[in-house]
Amino acid sequence: MKKTGILIEMEKKRVKDTTLGMITLAARADTDLYALVLDGVDDPACEILAQYGITTVVDLGLSSAPEIRLNPAARADAVTQAAQKLQLDVIFGLSSADGKDIIPRVAALLDVPLVMDCLDVDLEKNIARTSQYSGKVLADIQLTGDVVIFGIRPNAVQPVPSPAQAKKIKMASDSAALPGSALLSWDDGDGAQAGLAEADIIIAGGRGLKNSDNFSLIFDCAKKMHAAVGASRVAVDEGWVPYAFQVGQTGEKVSPQVYIACGISGSIQHFAGMKTARMIIAVNKDENAAIMANCDYHVQGDLFEILPELIRQL
Amino acid sequence: MQIYVCVKHVPDSAANIHILDGIRIDEKVAFLLNPYDEHAVTEAAALKKKVQDSEIIAVCLGKPDAQKTIRSAMAMGADRGILVETDEACDSMTTARALHAAIVQDGSADIIFTGKESIDSEGMQTQFRIGALFSFPVVTNAASLDISSETAVVTCELSGGRTRSFELALPCVVGAGRGLNTPGYPTFPDVVKARKKPIKTVSMDSLSITPAAGFAKTVSLTPLVQKRHPKKITGTPADQAKEIIRILRQEAKVLA
Ligand SMILES: Cc1cc2nc3c(=O)[nH]c(=O)nc-3n(C[C@H](O)[C@H](O)[C@H](O)COP(=O)(O)OP(=O)(O)OC[C@H]3O[C@@H](n4cnc5c(N)ncnc54)[C@H](O)[C@@H]3O)c2cc1C
Ligand SMILES: Nc1ncnc2c1ncn2[C@@H]1O[C@H](COP(=O)(O)O)[C@@H](O)[C@H]1O
Repeated sequence: MKKTGILIEMEKKRVKDTTLGMITLAARADTDLYALVLDGVDDPACEILAQYGITTVVDLGLSSAPEIRLNPAARADAVTQAAQKLQLDVIFGLSSADGKDIIPRVAALLDVPLVMDCLDVDLEKNIARTSQYSGKVLADIQLTGDVVIFGIRPNAVQPVPSPAQAKKIKMASDSAALPGSALLSWDDGDGAQAGLAEADIIIAGGRGLKNSDNFSLIFDCAKKMHAAVGASRVAVDEGWVPYAFQVGQTGEKVSPQVYIACGISGSIQHFAGMKTARMIIAVNKDENAAIMANCDYHVQGDLFEILPELIRQL
Repeated sequence: MQIYVCVKHVPDSAANIHILDGIRIDEKVAFLLNPYDEHAVTEAAALKKKVQDSEIIAVCLGKPDAQKTIRSAMAMGADRGILVETDEACDSMTTARALHAAIVQDGSADIIFTGKESIDSEGMQTQFRIGALFSFPVVTNAASLDISSETAVVTCELSGGRTRSFELALPCVVGAGRGLNTPGYPTFPDVVKARKKPIKTVSMDSLSITPAAGFAKTVSLTPLVQKRHPKKITGTPADQAKEIIRILRQEAKVLA
């Protein structure tokens, strides 16, 4: 049977839901599922992994020193060594902020093919579906090689339990030998935007908000509905919110359950970042804005009237 | 310093993309220098100003038409260009091999700039593969760069406002992100000067690349059409807000 290694992302010791979705995708094929864990794994986390179909939890035992643990080169090195020792056929990782700096390193070190940001993967044929040309084209890409790697877009697949028995093994890597790349410092910001790519609901604001004070309407609304906040490039370029909020071709690419776009016209480049949302709700005063023809619900009206109502009713 | 910059010739992000035979795009659209590679060239030009006796070489793998992108890079500060000519669509393993071989053939790199990703294939990986072929350290999505004689101190952006700063031994590969600088429009004299700068064309065959064991092959392209059928939410703002909340609760089931 094929062996698939899945790079596990955790948050506060919990396995992320987006990671479980990725396991569900891998479990569709008849393969042995290995969880590759870099940040330590306790029994409850092992149980969760088993519930979704993992049969072997591999604790890679990366050094807890932050200069090593937070260095993508060190993380990729540990994953690469594990892939070789376990003789994995397939590697899955999230095409998340961290994944984008780790998975391609692993592919480069192993010198094997990779598709990032996959929306779906057919493991029988090793064909991945991904978007290209600023989200205007869906490409099916077939990988051939001893090992093939797929970076999966967060939220591309909803997690579905598929219980298995999992054993846990430890596998130390001969790390620390990182020629020429030292992590000097790290800044995890205020953490406010860490969850953008993985949020269920995103409420985003654009030029229609008019200034940074008004943008607080978006924040207030987000707080009430436990949503993440996004923004168009105009809102970022005007300095209303930091770049970490930008959704689009040159910002974050997101696939939430619901994307609520307020005062955003729906340019091609903005769409490139959110067109895979399950549901799009547009709030815009211009009936002819591009987004009004390209959403599931549109609310024609003044956001300065509608958002305060939303905040009041929530 | 010998500064190499990898530049890709890509369709304009605003272009309408038509798919031919379900497998390739109609290339009769405007092509330009990959936007992230503009940041790479801009950074190379800033570095050249700081370090005496530097030379910037723009390297591109593409069809003959990709000369235009090398000219754009020259108008932004590259001194000369290398076009590795091919009519094939290359995967990133082959691309990295070609760019690596062309650089090795040309000289000795002190630093290699790339973009963090190309906006057509959205591969996000060529920079790492080039680094692995040279055994140079690599960073991606760089937002600031400071070079001293032996090392580069680079701050990279993860998403979510998080950053990481690295000290890299030179030579290294730096994948430029949007935060690195603001590319300026070249002036008319810059464009005229760029026309006189040399471009060396090498054929893919002449590089005698050892192919990788694996490969990636595009098997189909389809337009990502929206199958959405917009429904209108009407009424007073209060009605509209109420309906939005109902949809979030009952249809999307994202609110309790
Ligand atoms: C290479 C490149 C990359 C790019 N990358 C990105 C990217 O990643 N992300 C991105 O977003 N953009 C990107 N852009 C920019 C993009 O082309 C658009 O300029 C931008 O998305 C427009 O932002 P907007 O919708 O907020 O503003 P606008 O297009 O100006 O739209 C504002 C909307 O607000 C509505 N409005 C105004 N007032 C109200 C009100 N009171 N109530 C309700 N509605 C109101 C208006 O009707 C209008 O539709 C990129 C551009 C290029 C060239
Ligand atoms: N054909 C090419 N010619 C020159 N540089 C390239 C080419 N393909 C990719 N690159 C470089 O590699 C970066 C990442 O590309 P990608 O892996 O396709 O997202 C780009 O921003 C370019 O700097």
